[in-house]
Amino acid sequence: MTELKLPSLDYAALAPILIMLGAALVGVLVEAFVPRRSRHVVQLTLALLAVLAALTMVVLNADDRLITAGQAISVDGPTLFLQGAILVLAAMALLLIGDRSVERGGAFVAQAAVTAESADDRRQAEGRNGLTEIYPLTTFAIGGMLIFVAANDLLTMFIALEVFSLPLYLLCALARRRRLLSQEAAMKYFLLGAYASAFFLFGVALIYGFTSGIPGRGAGVDFSTINAAVTESPTSPVLLFAGMALLAIGLLFKAAAAPFHVWTPDVYQGAPTPVTGFMAACTKVAAFGALLRVFHVAFAGAAWDFTPVLGAVAVLTMLVGAVLAVTQTDIKRLLAYSSIANAGYLLVGVLSPSRDGLSGTMFYLVAYGFSVLAAFAVVTLVRDADGEATHLSRWAGLGRRSPFYAGLFTFILLAFAGIPLTSGFTSKFAIFGPALDGGQAWLVIAGVLTSMVLAFPYLRVVVMMWLSEPGESTPTVTVPGGLTSAALMIGVLATLVLGVAPAPLLDLATGAADFVR
Amino acid sequence: MSNFPFLSVLTVAPLVGALVVAFLPRHRPELAKQVAFVWSLLVLVLSVVMWVSFKAGGDRFQFRESYSWIPNWGVNFTFAADGIALVMLMLIAVLVPLVILASWHDAESSKRSVPVYFALLLVLECTMIGVFAAADVFLFYVFFEVMLVPMYFLIGSYGGHQRQYAAVKFFLYSLVGGLFMLAAVIGLWVVGGKTFDWQALSQVDISTGTERWLFLGFFLAFAIKAPFFPFHTWLPDAGGAAPAGAAALLVGVLDKVGTFGILRYCLPLFPEASKWFAPWALALGVIGIVYAALLAVGQNDLKRLVSYTSIAHFGFIGVGIFAFTTQAGTGAVLYMLNHGLATGLLFLVVGMLIARRGSALISDFGGAGKLVPVLAGVLFFAGLASLALPGTAPFISEFLVLIGTFTVNKPVAVIATLGIILAAAYVLWMVQRTTQGTLNPALTEVDGMRRDLNLREKVVVAPLIALIVLLGFYPKPVTDVINPAVQATMDDIGRTDPAPSVGTVQEARR
Repeated sequence: MTELKLPSLDYAALAPILIMLGAALVGVLVEAFVPRRSRHVVQLTLALLAVLAALTMVVLNADDRLITAGQAISVDGPTLFLQGAILVLAAMALLLIGDRSVERGGAFVAQAAVTAESADDRRQAEGRNGLTEIYPLTTFAIGGMLIFVAANDLLTMFIALEVFSLPLYLLCALARRRRLLSQEAAMKYFLLGAYASAFFLFGVALIYGFTSGIPGRGAGVDFSTINAAVTESPTSPVLLFAGMALLAIGLLFKAAAAPFHVWTPDVYQGAPTPVTGFMAACTKVAAFGALLRVFHVAFAGAAWDFTPVLGAVAVLTMLVGAVLAVTQTDIKRLLAYSSIANAGYLLVGVLSPSRDGLSGTMFYLVAYGFSVLAAFAVVTLVRDADGEATHLSRWAGLGRRSPFYAGLFTFILLAFAGIPLTSGFTSKFAIFGPALDGGQAWLVIAGVLTSMVLAFPYLRVVVMMWLSEPGESTPTVTVPGGLTSAALMIGVLATLVLGVAPAPLLDLATGAADFVR
Repeated sequence: MSNFPFLSVLTVAPLVGALVVAFLPRHRPELAKQVAFVWSLLVLVLSVVMWVSFKAGGDRFQFRESYSWIPNWGVNFTFAADGIALVMLMLIAVLVPLVILASWHDAESSKRSVPVYFALLLVLECTMIGVFAAADVFLFYVFFEVMLVPMYFLIGSYGGHQRQYAAVKFFLYSLVGGLFMLAAVIGLWVVGGKTFDWQALSQVDISTGTERWLFLGFFLAFAIKAPFFPFHTWLPDAGGAAPAGAAALLVGVLDKVGTFGILRYCLPLFPEASKWFAPWALALGVIGIVYAALLAVGQNDLKRLVSYTSIAHFGFIGVGIFAFTTQAGTGAVLYMLNHGLATGLLFLVVGMLIARRGSALISDFGGAGKLVPVLAGVLFFAGLASLALPGTAPFISEFLVLIGTFTVNKPVAVIATLGIILAAAYVLWMVQRTTQGTLNPALTEVDGMRRDLNLREKVVVAPLIALIVLLGFYPKPVTDVINPAVQATMDDIGRTDPAPSVGTVQEARR
């Protein structure tokens, strides 16, 4: 019997991941042993501290460029930048998740197993404290995302995908109000997500088959092997193309790109709003981080083959997102379609293979994450007796009732519309500039045209808030407690700062824009 | 004094004023008005100092300042003014205090915060100054887009009938143009070697095909902004719905950004494409002159009528720019200034008339001159200036455009001259139906119509009337500043004026 050779582990480089997963496990123990009334505080503190510690480790590791744990995890510039982004955005999302001042007991259900719309359900909605299992679930999801952007082979990537997806399915089902909608959203997300995972896994198998033919080298699904196989393998490229397509389906599903986007509006609408914000910001970063690595590292040699297809997907995504956003009457669905359109812009960035393209995409992810979290933070505040009032007609005249929050939301919408002096403009520039430089003029033109269409729904909300008279049913804006206020202000300030002085973050992104291969 | 950073201070000063005004207590509207007015006067004083220290025969670009902004993309805060920009900056500085004074009571009727109205006016001034002072394409684009936001709220929150529709239409039209320009700006950045500096970009050689696309991107934005036919449909709505003061700035200054942009960006950066597209642009200009004038004749709403007259005048400016002669170019720039003064005055006076009557419809007036003789007189004068009567400033510019065009393109000049006749028709008919003729009995029942111009309103119109008359007789101080800049622009596109040919007696006999 041959001795099993253990791969060396660089614990410092893996620390952010280990901290998050460890904190999640501790969180499970807290559920078991800490008395119910203090669980909320303990769990929230634990989760935030873990995020902070992981972030510290990311900063300390800033100069790492290595591959560890066999060939499974690569810690390089993009990994660290995106991990940092996920952690910062996740901290904001945790602030929203942990808030209990806007709604008594928080945005989450007290007992998920109660039959929806029953008398028990109505009782729990009236202010019993929400579940605290959400914190370990969120922490697991964050940990999975950290692995996802660092994964250096397809199997690790698949496991990470499941680690962050499963908690998200659950989190979607835990809204305090409108339980049926929430459960339906979770069901849809789960079923479609399971399909997408299956596609991904099948793609991994095909790619494994494709790599088996390289002379003098074993088959494998780590990225350097795939990269070598793309140029050297004598096997028919059909396996490669089919495998790439299936992998792309799995990843584009998470990124909410058309035609794999159909879950997005339903899930965004049904999920508890803080979770929606978490998904819109962090899942997007994770999904695009993985897309960047897969297509820039593993399949770099096949760029001529995948660029037209992914380009078509990008154009379709921008079109679908922009055009359907125009017809929406619910603010959460509107933001969902806007996030689909933004996935399209990000895909344009993915297709710019230059260093500037990579750094631009990463910049866009961060900028968009801040803005979208702030947008959902405002959505949690506009409410009436039945919870959040998300129908657009209800927002009429909001600017008159509470000019401050309507002003913040207007600013965020202007950022989404790409008006200069907001991060929306600088990030569009960061994406379109390298794309045009790389000769992808058609993508830029599609991006510009869809931006025009997309401006209309944003503007309609602004008109609703400021230029319409308040009606009888205009809800009030709840004055938020410290946690939501903090998340909101961070998001708005970041949107402003990244719009006015983007240079520091751009420098950081440019410095990080180099994959270790 | 020429080392003083005039342009950046001028850009920032109104913004600071706006912040001060916005945070004044809402229940003390008078204080907000006074602060805003005094602040805009300070800006005016500073602009006058800048005008004096500008050396007419000196460098093309003066008061140049540059600070790094986003080094990763080669973006700088670069400000510099040539003669054309200087004239437009003066126009802004003169108009804004008058508009603030004229809008003294405009915001009160709207149930919205009064200080915010004046703060928005000052923010608008900041962005307008910035757009003319920028010498960095990125910076120009930033101001070009941000300018929409205060105007959007001025129209949408404080406007009249159909203000929501007008505000959204205005914003979307401009944004669409702006996004085309964004694509072209990025394209220019890529072919220009990742710089946004105007002077560096004007040295870049661009291949013919690319140059035409980039030109189109910029031109479309400017043609919507100006607006030229057929991109003009937003202006009558926006001008009709905006409060009179904001409308005066919209038509008087904001739209000039379009024609200024063509002069500053399209012609020097894409000279070959400009020449290639010139026939089309001339055609748009000529169509605009005739078509908008005909529509203006048919209007029953005073503010929409003035908006249509402006579109006709922008046709003249467009013809003057694309004729590519120094005379026509100077005429076009002078027209930008004079049109700002004349149409600004016309809008403000019309606003005073509307405020008194409570209606903008011409058919609601009739014989108003018997009740408010001074106001009617000023309206008549503004109308005459607007139709370019000799002795008023617009005459000189219109004449320069026409003779400058005639030397190179006779058919265009001849058709454009038709516009003068139509201008007489719409102005005189409008004056006749509102202030002349038998008194409309309904007018006597309106309290407001018994009050003639008060002191505040006289202070508003007097400087404009004085300037229009003064520049009508003695435009030299302005043309001295404009001429070198226009000459330089013509050099950029490599056009020289046709040599004047004096037909000899023999030739004439032959």
